Amino acid sequence: MKIIDILTRLALVAALAVGGAATAQTGPSLQTVLDENRELIVDASRRTVQGALDALVASGQEGIPAFLESWQAREVYVAPDGAFVLVQDEDADPYTLLDIETGDVLGTAGKREVEHLRPNRGVQNLIGAALVQFQLSSPDAQTRLAALDAIDRSPDESQLPLLRAMIAAEQDPDVLATAQNVLTSLTIAYAEDDGERVAAIEGLGGRIDVAARATLNPLLATRRAVAEALPEDTNIAEVLQPGTGDLPRMEAYQMLVEADLAPAFTATSDLRAILTDHIVDDMVGGVPVRLLDTDAARFEAYAALAAEGTLPPLVTEAQVDAALASHVFFDQYREPSKAVTDAASETLAGINTRVGALEIVDLSLDGLSLVSIYFLAAIGLAITFGVMGVINMAHGEFIMMGAYTGYLVQAIVPDYTIALVIALPLAFVVTFGAGVGMERLVIRKLYHRPLETLLATFGISIALQQIVRQVFGAQARPLTPPDWLAGSLDFNDVVSISYIRIAIFALGLVFFVLLWLILNRTRLGLEVRAVTQNPAMASSMGINPDRINMLTFGLGSGIAGIAGVAIGLFAQVTPELGTNYIVQSFMTVVVGGVGNIFGTLAGASLIGFLQKGIEWLNPSNTLAAQTYMILFVILFIQFRPRGIIALKGRAAGD
Amino acid sequence: MGKLFAENRSVPVFLMILAAITLAITVMSEGYGTGAISTSLVKTLGMTLCLCLIALAMDLVWGYCGILSLGHFAFFALGGYMIGMWLMYARTADTIAAAQAAQPIPPTAVELNDAIAVQIFGVVGGDSFPWMWAFSDSLFLQLALVVLAPGLLAFVFGWLAFRSRVTGVYLSILTQAMTLALSLYLFQNDTGLRGNNGLSGLQNLPGVEAPQALTSVWFLWASALALGLGYLLCAWVVSGKFGKVVRGIRDDEPRVRFLGYPVEGFKLFIFVLSAVIAGIAGALYYPQAGIINPDELAPIASIYLAVWVAIGGRGRLYGAVIGAAVVSLASTWFTGGRAPDIPLGGYTIQWVDWWTVLLGLGFVLVTLYAPKGLGGLIDLMSRRKDA
Repeated sequence: MKIIDILTRLALVAALAVGGAATAQTGPSLQTVLDENRELIVDASRRTVQGALDALVASGQEGIPAFLESWQAREVYVAPDGAFVLVQDEDADPYTLLDIETGDVLGTAGKREVEHLRPNRGVQNLIGAALVQFQLSSPDAQTRLAALDAIDRSPDESQLPLLRAMIAAEQDPDVLATAQNVLTSLTIAYAEDDGERVAAIEGLGGRIDVAARATLNPLLATRRAVAEALPEDTNIAEVLQPGTGDLPRMEAYQMLVEADLAPAFTATSDLRAILTDHIVDDMVGGVPVRLLDTDAARFEAYAALAAEGTLPPLVTEAQVDAALASHVFFDQYREPSKAVTDAASETLAGINTRVGALEIVDLSLDGLSLVSIYFLAAIGLAITFGVMGVINMAHGEFIMMGAYTGYLVQAIVPDYTIALVIALPLAFVVTFGAGVGMERLVIRKLYHRPLETLLATFGISIALQQIVRQVFGAQARPLTPPDWLAGSLDFNDVVSISYIRIAIFALGLVFFVLLWLILNRTRLGLEVRAVTQNPAMASSMGINPDRINMLTFGLGSGIAGIAGVAIGLFAQVTPELGTNYIVQSFMTVVVGGVGNIFGTLAGASLIGFLQKGIEWLNPSNTLAAQTYMILFVILFIQFRPRGIIALKGRAAGD
Repeated sequence: MGKLFAENRSVPVFLMILAAITLAITVMSEGYGTGAISTSLVKTLGMTLCLCLIALAMDLVWGYCGILSLGHFAFFALGGYMIGMWLMYARTADTIAAAQAAQPIPPTAVELNDAIAVQIFGVVGGDSFPWMWAFSDSLFLQLALVVLAPGLLAFVFGWLAFRSRVTGVYLSILTQAMTLALSLYLFQNDTGLRGNNGLSGLQNLPGVEAPQALTSVWFLWASALALGLGYLLCAWVVSGKFGKVVRGIRDDEPRVRFLGYPVEGFKLFIFVLSAVIAGIAGALYYPQAGIINPDELAPIASIYLAVWVAIGGRGRLYGAVIGAAVVSLASTWFTGGRAPDIPLGGYTIQWVDWWTVLLGLGFVLVTLYAPKGLGGLIDLMSRRKDA
């Protein structure tokens, strides 16, 4: 291979010497320039190719950008005569060879006779970086944007003047904005003048995006170091006290050992292994092995071995303290300029404050959607409990039935939007019917035994759950939101909320208003409130409490069904869907107070925001968040046993 | 004692039946008798006796005092955890001591302790004993904790709840929240009880070489003894004037308060007593089950407990025992796959699946039409009038 290579080179040089005079007036030809760097181009590796690239660019040859693009795209071949060529059709055999500069057909060559240049990923990136300067002045805006993107991904000091020149001439406002951003990060990273860098850093002050933070963070990277005295010429971030903060005492000593500033320390826990290596006739240093079950005996044995010179003497705690005291430990910035690091930490602090504030806004939006879900899930429970004093343990199963109704409708109606429009009222009808049926068959007979309703409805709950599991299977069923509900509304890099959550919030709001109107502005509502306050008196006024109870229970169950459709849109539809929400719903009702939609709203708000708040404080541990949440509810009930908004007077009677 | 028996004619009958059943199982067991009953069945029966004991505790607090606690399995599991800590520590200490003996240099006390800690807590990434394991090397102290831990939890919770007059459905939901909170707490890996791994290998008694065939019968005897004593204790508590006040609180709490009785004190006493009995039942149950984990505290377990007591007939101690025994044994039988399937032409009813439906609907029917439960049948036979 090598010999052939050299021979072809010699042949080529001879050919060039003959034909050189003809092309001399436009400088050396592309082929000549390439040939000067043949070795580096053909055997390109990431470490060596930069020299070839620099030489090619420096030659100023017009064909260089086109060649670099072809090379990067793995389209360049070496012909049998050693010339760099393109081929017409990669799948053809033999290849039709094309001139690298003009594209003229040169002839044909067999597939095995030509060498294909396949630069690897690293080389391709370097070629891309070299191409940038040509692309920056490209007339096509897309190409210029791509070049800016390439700079952003692999920044380099040499690009700074190129970019400045480009910005001076740039007309397109979009490209200009991107270019300014890239210039800022390049300036911060590579500018010679500290004042210029500080100005660029301060220019980032108003930004909250991840890119701005990613530009600043590397400037504040530190390295931990130890020295006999604090060095003068380094940019110190913090001087550390061993044994405090994030520098434990032994870790500090270990740094000294690694820097060869102190002898290695033998920990007490290592003694056993060391002594095991020196057992002689069941004795270690004159101490019988069976007595070595205390640290004191082991120290004694070690001391004996050290005295006879077998082992190095132990480093004592006092020596450790002395060594630590005579050295200074510090974190130093990798960035040497103090002005730059000061500006960066100040700007970053400002950005973090801003991002923190926006995170609270984002969290509030999350909390708001959680509140809507809890409200929808609990309001039905609150109504039935308030009016009838009955806790419906099967309420969670009504939610689950609503979700399965949505799933069934979607299975029949292919258009998700229409399916949703059908599913919401249908879920209401289905669970309204189930609720009315349950009220007539079971609950009506248990009005004077409220605790037993709790257990009877629990029986219905486990039976319903198991029946659904039998019919639909235990696996999760999809309830897909329509396309217009997919995605999210992004205010900026920090604050965003998904459209489903907005829709659920709207649904919660609609039902809040609707229920308020029903309870306060209709005949039915009047009768419901009358029965809530005093069933006997209401009955003597000509209200039929049985009918009111039945309708109230149906209404509460129907809303559970609608909540089920809403929950199914973002959670998985399983037979256990209801179980996951029933305890939260109970707590919402208990905290908020019964028989009043404002109470439920208050309870849902408290629980929803509190849960989000606790999750924010301890995001890694949702179990702990739930535990604290429940403990809070248990304690809260101590102080307001009837909830936030309690019924007063006779209506509150047990 | 004579007065106690006169007021509770069920006590001597119950104790005799319990003794007879225990004797019969012993005679048929693999360890001490003919072997007609397998060791695993002996364990199931022993565990059933423990469930009867917690049902008794539930009946005491719900059937007699009107407090529907939906969190009694918190106390049950707490008792199990307390004894489980000693069982796990002592057994691990034995294996670690054996492993260390093979090393050339004997371990120090600290090394021994660290090795045991790593063995127990390595699974949750821990290497030292949490504070709550401080007494785990002492059987006596852990036995004391079996009583003290559930008792203290019940005392604090009950004192807070009864003091602020939380009653009825609110109290039920609060007890449910209590057991859920405890369960979620225990599910965390870093709270000291091995997270959702729970404590395991509890069936192996440290320092006892006897095979499971024998130890299972010992635990059966212990469970029967505990159930018998628990029954006597409950019967004694609900008899006499004290029992009348307790039942008065169930029937009309404000009236008893107006009569001058410290209602909260009575309720707190019954609640704590019931929790302690539940804790003891759990301490006997889990060594037979072999493993305990936070799933045992799921709120639904405690609701099932209420279901057993209601089906058995509350306000009657024997009702609770019958309910727990019948329903839990029937559940084991039906869900164990041993019940025959019923072919219905195109569809076969498999009891493993449909048992829950039957149980749920059966429970609705019992609540609606037989509020006195199965115990009501015995009342009819013995012509008992009042509850």
